Amino acid sequence: MNFNATLIGQLIAFTVFVAFCMKYVWPPIIAAIEERQKKIADGLAASERAEKDLELAQSSVTDKLREAKDEASKIIDQAKRRASQIIDDETQRGHTERENIIAQGYAEIEAEKNRVKEDLRKQVAVLAISGAQKILAREIDAQAHSDIVEKLVAEL
Amino acid sequence: MAYYETTQDYINHHLTNARMCSTDEGIVFNKACEDVGFWVWHIDTIGWSAFIGISFLFLFWRVGKKATTGVPTKTQAFVEMVVEFVDDSVKSSFHGSSKLIAPLALTIFVWVLLMNLTDLLPVDLFPWIAGMIGQYGFGMDPKDVYMKIVPTTDINTTFALSIGVFILIIFYSLKIKGIKGFTKELTMQPLNHWAFIPFNFVIETVTLLARPLSLSLRLFGNLYASELIFILIATIGYLQLPLHFAWSVFHILVLPLQAFIFMMLTIVYLSLACEEH
Repeated sequence: MNFNATLIGQLIAFTVFVAFCMKYVWPPIIAAIEERQKKIADGLAASERAEKDLELAQSSVTDKLREAKDEASKIIDQAKRRASQIIDDETQRGHTERENIIAQGYAEIEAEKNRVKEDLRKQVAVLAISGAQKILAREIDAQAHSDIVEKLVAEL
Repeated sequence: MAYYETTQDYINHHLTNARMCSTDEGIVFNKACEDVGFWVWHIDTIGWSAFIGISFLFLFWRVGKKATTGVPTKTQAFVEMVVEFVDDSVKSSFHGSSKLIAPLALTIFVWVLLMNLTDLLPVDLFPWIAGMIGQYGFGMDPKDVYMKIVPTTDINTTFALSIGVFILIIFYSLKIKGIKGFTKELTMQPLNHWAFIPFNFVIETVTLLARPLSLSLRLFGNLYASELIFILIATIGYLQLPLHFAWSVFHILVLPLQAFIFMMLTIVYLSLACEEH
């Protein structure tokens, strides 16, 4: 228990240490700690916000998906309808075409028939004339009776 | 024990500080200083406490300078842990706003803790090293070379701390309450009547003075006693090994506790000083 000048020395040392600590040691460390605490708080808030955003996005995705499905089914319906329409139209067109072709065929056949008929008629006329010539060669002049033959031919 | 004739010599030697003083013959040491009176310096106390304080402040200062707000290094994490511990203690007891209290508490806690922890170093180690240096370096008798390394077992250290705190108590009392408020506190409590002013004054003055006194004597008493027991254990031969171990383990608890109590009471006293009635 002997007090002496050491007391003064220690008091000075204590004062200097506290002053140094107050000026150079405490402020940067506590600033770093508080800054980090703020960062962590901000990070937590951001993650919470992100979670909410995610939830929103998920619900909007579900909506969009449903919309897309509706749209798709609508499109498919439309396509089916269009397809059946096309098939109907084509069938119709095919029928018409067929009928046309058939009608044309008939017309051609008719024309051919007429032509053949004409040919036949002409040949028959020639045959008839030649037959008649042969029969009448002896007694009828071809020139004199040609008007009768002509008439005959016209009747055929 | 080698140099000492009696156990008492040994204990006395280990409980004496290295002294330095200035006399007519110039600067002299130890036994030559016995009659000088007040102007004697305990160079071991001053040296060790300054060394410890500067080391601690240097470490914390360097960490503070390089402090990152991102992922901290291990040293920074450790320093921040200590700082946050002190900051929490301050925030839980001190409700005013002061830029001084927290750094003061940090300085007191870490400095006192480290000074206390030197108590766990072997009691003979540093006196022996100092004795060797004195004997072979300066041709001194090793019995005349003193080296008491635990600064808090020197009452000058603990009183320096508590006087510093006491000055702050007075300063904050005057600053927050004003001279009038402080005088009123000293004279109008606990019995608020003019006739009791002298009685109140005596009681309140004793309360005020008891704070630094108890603060310093508690720390000094604990540390001095523990150092004394360490030295006593060191005198009893081979049985000292388990006893040293047991006493050291016990002091792993006591030494930080004493540092914590000193810091906590400092905060409490200063918060009382800052409180308005």
